Amino acid sequence: MSLLALEGVTKRFGGVVALDGLSLEIGAGEFFALLGGSGSGKSTLLRIIAGFEAPESGRVVLQGSDITRLPPPARAVAMMFQSYALFPHLSVADNIAYGLRRAGTAKDAIASRVAELVALLGLAGLEARRPHQLSGGQQQRVALARALARRPPLLLLDEPLAALDSGLREHTGLELRALQRRLGASFVMVTHDQSEALALADRVAVLEQGRIAQVASPRELYDKPATRSVARFLGAANILEAGGLPLRAEVEAPAYALRPERIRLADVLPAVNGAAAIVLEVAFRGGDALVLAQASGQVLRVVLPAGATLPEPGAAIILAWEPSALAPLLA
Amino acid sequence: MIRAATWAALVLLVAAPLVIVFGMGFGTPIAGVPPVIPPFGAAGWQGSFEAWSLLLADNFYLDTLLRSLRLATVTAALCLALGFGMALGIASAAPRRQALLLALVLLPFWTGSVLRMAAWVGLLRDGGWINAVLMQAGLITEPLPLLYSEGAMLVGMVHGYLPFAVLPLTAALTKRDLRLEEAAADLGAGRATVFLTVTLPLAAPAAAAAFLLVFIPAAGEVVIPEVLGAPDSMLIGRAIWGEFFQTRDWPQAAALSTALLALLLIPMALYQRLSVVR
Repeated sequence: MSLLALEGVTKRFGGVVALDGLSLEIGAGEFFALLGGSGSGKSTLLRIIAGFEAPESGRVVLQGSDITRLPPPARAVAMMFQSYALFPHLSVADNIAYGLRRAGTAKDAIASRVAELVALLGLAGLEARRPHQLSGGQQQRVALARALARRPPLLLLDEPLAALDSGLREHTGLELRALQRRLGASFVMVTHDQSEALALADRVAVLEQGRIAQVASPRELYDKPATRSVARFLGAANILEAGGLPLRAEVEAPAYALRPERIRLADVLPAVNGAAAIVLEVAFRGGDALVLAQASGQVLRVVLPAGATLPEPGAAIILAWEPSALAPLLA
Repeated sequence: MIRAATWAALVLLVAAPLVIVFGMGFGTPIAGVPPVIPPFGAAGWQGSFEAWSLLLADNFYLDTLLRSLRLATVTAALCLALGFGMALGIASAAPRRQALLLALVLLPFWTGSVLRMAAWVGLLRDGGWINAVLMQAGLITEPLPLLYSEGAMLVGMVHGYLPFAVLPLTAALTKRDLRLEEAAADLGAGRATVFLTVTLPLAAPAAAAAFLLVFIPAAGEVVIPEVLGAPDSMLIGRAIWGEFFQTRDWPQAAALSTALLALLLIPMALYQRLSVVR
């Protein structure tokens, strides 16, 4: 049975549809990412699960019981805000203890739980500090500790890495992933960053205009995007329209996604699944090289292994790919 | 240039009058025009400390001062309590509505204070509207003695000074981070608990500022107690007025004014510190 089920959730702001009959199930112990651009409805969905917004129609079911009309304090859900929303007038320890105090936990039980979380998140020595005396990374961990204090079965994370320096982001993301595995709780993360979603989540839902365009594992999403817009959003894939370049795929479709690393340089132009092209730009990226090539009215992105001999800009090259490299796009 | 002009204005309009008032406290009252001998004459020092010693010796002045501070405290506390509710209401209104609501708070403030207090006389006096309505309804047979009482004075004070409390509180509450309150609710706090543990403590500096902004001018208020208050309840503002214009004892009036100012320096300094911290 799923931990959280959303059933036909619809929400409008004024005349604008934020969520359009959205349904989704999230399992226990799952790290789930809601991926979408601004206005896709991902944040609204998170706020509906937390109880800050009420849907016009549809149900939110947590652990088998309907919580659609429950106010936020009555929900077994905790949220980590993008801005962290730490209480500026309380110390780190008091921030972490806030939820436990509201639950009427005994004093010594609060103290031991706070100590446990301080140790878990590496906040030792900072207990007496105020939030403004902490670095961004430390604030993020306090926010995480505060949200986890009551051992919620479901943790909601609103852009958990967005406020961090880029250097810290990858490391913190991996820590988040390890923490979720260790706790066995379900994490639902909202993000606009596809690489973050693909790197951390067990499953990713791509949201577009209040609907789910695709739900899949990161691997499947990357290899087989369902639609043009998903392929475009995940970035970097070439989108080939049927009827353009001569194509032969395993499945008939109106268009195909072609990953840049699945394209190779060939000596002879094949009858299908190939193109003659002129190199526009070459960018060496350390582990590999990105080549932009103009092929009959379309610019193709090609990623070549670092060891390959790289063509010069302006050179004529021949590109080729296997039928299995063409991922069919349905819309 | 601007610096020099600022200093000149400060010296002429602020420092000089203060020094004159302070010095006059050491003068000697006489029957004449002006009714005072200054503390320094052609022969040098000719002043007296009588006004100052009387300030400490006569319980009348001390009682008056304490009564004024008590009135200012009660007025400021009531304005703070009422103002907090109003500010919270304004801050949670739609942005367009906020401007209108703030204007409604300020509008009466822009009509003269005396005019508004006169309006209260019309409402509260024996033949006034409130008594007339109560008598018409048959609830009372004799008019209630509403006017010229502690209650009437307090109503007038709160009415007059409420905007001083509403404005700083509205400013603080409008720009507060609503995410903090959501976070508290998410962590299990009900509405009352969110207010007591998050909204109120974070608004504390603004609340203190609101209290002091009412307290400081209310301590020396003359007009409202004069128009609405009981004739026998003597306040410091009235006492200064009386010494100056009725008994024409300028040194006593000056000593009283200086004492009041010295006392009010404490809340003023507190307010300064609050504004710096924020």
